[in-house]
Amino acid sequence: MTAMIDIAALDDIPRQGARVVKTPLGCVALFRTATDEVFAMEDRCPHKAGPLSEGIVHGSQVTCPLHGWVFDLATGRAQGADSGAVRTFAARTEGGRVFLDATLLAARSAA
Amino acid sequence: MTERLVVVGAGMASGRMLEHVFEASPGAFEVTLFNAEPRGNYNRLMLSPVLSGEKTYAQIVTHDEAWYRAQGVTCRFGERVLSIDTDAKTVTGERGSLPYDKLVIATGSDPFMIPLPGRDLQGVIAYRDLEDTERMIALGARPGARAVVIGGGLLGLEAAAGMQARGVEVTVVHLMGHLMERQLDPSAGYLLQKALEARGIRVLCKAVSQEIVGEDGHVTALRLEDGTDLLCDLLVMAVGIRPATALARAAGLAVNRGVVVDDRMATSAADVFALGECVEHEGALFGLVAPLYDQAKVLADTLAGRPAAFVNREVATKLKVTGCDLFSAGDFAEAPGREDIVFRDPGRGIYKRLVLDGDRLVGAVLYGDTADGAWFHGLIKDRTDVSAMRDTLIFGPAFQGGAPADPLAAVAALPPEAEICGCNGVCKGRIVQAIEGGATTVDLIRATTKASASCGTCTGLVEQVMALTLGDGFTANANPPMCRCTEHTHEDVRRLIKSMGLKSIPAVMQELGWTTAGGCASCRPALNYYLLADWPDDYRDDRQSRFVNERNHANIQKDGTYSVVPRMWGGVTTPAELRAIADAADRYNVPMVKVTGGQRIDLLGVRKEDLPSIWSDLNAAGMVSGAAYAKGLRTVKTCVGSEFCRFGTQDSTGLGIRLEKLLWGSWTPAKVKLGVSGCPRNCAEATCKDVGVVCVESGYQIGVAGAAGMDVKETELLLTVPTEAEAMEVIAAFIQLYRENARYLHRIHKWVAKVGLDWCRDQVADPANRRALYERFLHSQTVYQADPWAELARRPQDWAPIADLTLRAAE
Ligand SMILES: Cc1cc2nc3c(=O)[nH]c(=O)nc-3n(C[C@H](O)[C@H](O)[C@H](O)COP(=O)(O)OP(=O)(O)OC[C@H]3O[C@@H](n4cnc5c(N)ncnc54)[C@H](O)[C@@H]3O)c2cc1C
Ligand code: SF4
Repeated sequence: MTAMIDIAALDDIPRQGARVVKTPLGCVALFRTATDEVFAMEDRCPHKAGPLSEGIVHGSQVTCPLHGWVFDLATGRAQGADSGAVRTFAARTEGGRVFLDATLLAARSAA
Repeated sequence: MTERLVVVGAGMASGRMLEHVFEASPGAFEVTLFNAEPRGNYNRLMLSPVLSGEKTYAQIVTHDEAWYRAQGVTCRFGERVLSIDTDAKTVTGERGSLPYDKLVIATGSDPFMIPLPGRDLQGVIAYRDLEDTERMIALGARPGARAVVIGGGLLGLEAAAGMQARGVEVTVVHLMGHLMERQLDPSAGYLLQKALEARGIRVLCKAVSQEIVGEDGHVTALRLEDGTDLLCDLLVMAVGIRPATALARAAGLAVNRGVVVDDRMATSAADVFALGECVEHEGALFGLVAPLYDQAKVLADTLAGRPAAFVNREVATKLKVTGCDLFSAGDFAEAPGREDIVFRDPGRGIYKRLVLDGDRLVGAVLYGDTADGAWFHGLIKDRTDVSAMRDTLIFGPAFQGGAPADPLAAVAALPPEAEICGCNGVCKGRIVQAIEGGATTVDLIRATTKASASCGTCTGLVEQVMALTLGDGFTANANPPMCRCTEHTHEDVRRLIKSMGLKSIPAVMQELGWTTAGGCASCRPALNYYLLADWPDDYRDDRQSRFVNERNHANIQKDGTYSVVPRMWGGVTTPAELRAIADAADRYNVPMVKVTGGQRIDLLGVRKEDLPSIWSDLNAAGMVSGAAYAKGLRTVKTCVGSEFCRFGTQDSTGLGIRLEKLLWGSWTPAKVKLGVSGCPRNCAEATCKDVGVVCVESGYQIGVAGAAGMDVKETELLLTVPTEAEAMEVIAAFIQLYRENARYLHRIHKWVAKVGLDWCRDQVADPANRRALYERFLHSQTVYQADPWAELARRPQDWAPIADLTLRAAE
């Protein structure tokens, strides 16, 4: 099992919105859906580097604010006619807190 | 051998029964139909749409003279039956007696009148028949008329809403703690009360009526126990009904609370039957038509000599007040062993409660979103075991893996009285009639009903009604749907939001059959705009349904930084403001300070986490957001005008500032830019703006629909007005017209090209209409004219990363 680290309270992330976590691997967008699921992915659209954390979240997808590419939050894969993918990370909620994959931390410590 | 069938009462129950009788036993009966009302069968339920003006009496007649003639029915309308002799088998009416072989009593019920002092005064009425309805309609024709309705049940509220729609000032006085307490629980009753109050109906619960006060024999007020006098010209009592049993009782039939009937609808006397609201069946009384229609079928079979038995079934209630969606079915009283599932969304005014008894659903109350009512009702009636879907039950059939939604379903489900064409007030029923009468193209519909003949935004809906009515015989024009989540066009969605009273994004998605769970980045911002424009009081802006610039109240740049533009009213600033801007630019290392085309100063390259502090600094210097990111009012560009320029004819700068102060903060389908020039030399370039004013000696030329973006286009003259006050009112009214009608993201020039400048001019030239638009604009501004900076700067932590793992890693 992946080690997880406590990041923040779930309520710090708006429903159908996202917040950014700075990590040694770059910025990670932490999404919260309308049904309170959380997902984490790189905050950088593979198309023109748009900040996905600023996109509109619908269902379990997000649309990039710059040119409207749509990504599946669970797989990070671009939807529809566009191809490409964003790196995703494990995230989950427990007791009103959000936990994120600890390897994001380790990336730097190990380096 | 034909038998003589005498029917007492031409109401909803007997009308339906006669249809079945003539079908089941053609030629078997020679029918005489008595009715105390001076008319035949009509749809009593539809008195409420007649009252509110959505229908006419002629439209609700269910059986006309030709029908009675064709069936050989002898009509004795306007004649009350006075007595029945069950031994001699005769009935006696006001105009004479008549023998019968079979007799049907269908006298319905009498409204209950509370025995208050003064109840015999003129102007104290019930709500039961066409006469009552006409009294209420007549009241609406009197300016400043007031009415009090006693009783906050189904009938009372429909009476109140109908009169209110006709301009009467209405107060509802209700004895219980919440409205419709027999069908609703307190939470739903509360939401209903709020909705009615929002449209201007006053509601007093727990109010005890004491006396009806009058003058010269006519009611003037209702006095409450606490001494309050509610002044009124008409008092409507809608506190309940009592089965009309006097006739049956006098004839010696078994009568309890109602005329007692068995499963075959037979009374205690041979060859005498009864049905409708006057009966009592196994202890139960009736107040809604659904079970009466079942009785009608059973009685027709009984009369035909066929075995049949009436089974009382669950009925559901819907309130016929356009815009108040509520549904109630079954039993929702609390009882041991019962459990509740409740879903609430107070922000959107949605409340759903399901009552379970073991594995069965026994009751459902839905408020604000009633789309699943029929499904829940089915589960209650069929006593379905719901244990397997209990967890998702409240979310309705869409969550139970049922059939995919039919794109036409929403329009198919609209009642005939639902308004399709708002301009000409044409309802669905009239369009269907026209289609059935041979109007098989949209043009013919326009010619016959006027639907979609004015602003045209309802054309898509008209086409859907045609598709439903004509089936395969219809091919629609290609007008693409709003996005891939729905089959509806933008225009349809706008109209349905209004006509179905949809007040939340989930309600729109639910009622209009969205195929995705949360929409997409294309429809969500559009819906958010439509809802906030149409329901300023009820809907709350959904930040998460906005594009990044509007969500963050700043324009995102290609490197992820933002630009900040403070408002400069009419392009006028002061040394103090300029200093504050310069200080902010220094403090936050703003890489570029630029003057914009709209006479503003743009600070480009601000980091997201710095936004709250730069806003606070600018706020402190008295500046507010310039909304340079908004689909809303952007800028009013002005020239110096008569204040300083030798050519200036009017104070163009002052007008620009006043216009900007009037219009700022309003959201519109797309951005709106204005210009005001002091003379036709036009230094403010007003003639390529969305709205541009060119001042002349005699007044103000208001041009609209200019463009200077990808399209370049000169404005067209909307109106010329003599005073500044009129110019302001015309412009605000025109912008409101645009707000209410245009498709999301259509700039004014695109919208005007679609609806026509003439139509726009007619709308704002008419003084009453202009005023109404203007007032709706002002009303919306009471909600939306607020500076977002102050509010957003309050939580700076929301603008920074939620966590910084680079720091944690270093620890
Ligand atoms: C404004 C309004 C809105 C309503 N809305 C709904 C709704 O949305 N849904 C719903 O399910 N129900 C609704 N109802 C209730 C519904 O209309 C009644 O349940 C239904 O009309 C009862 O049918 P009936 O045939 O028993 O009686 P009625 O339709 O009342 O007919 C009885 C007739 O008998 C006549 N009569 C009585 N005594 C005599 C006599 N001695 N001699 C001759 N004639 C006599 C009366 O004049 C009357 O015309 C509404 C009622 C009203 C008034
Ligand atoms: S538009 Fe006319 S009034 Fe305004 S600055 Fe130019 S010349 Fe002067």
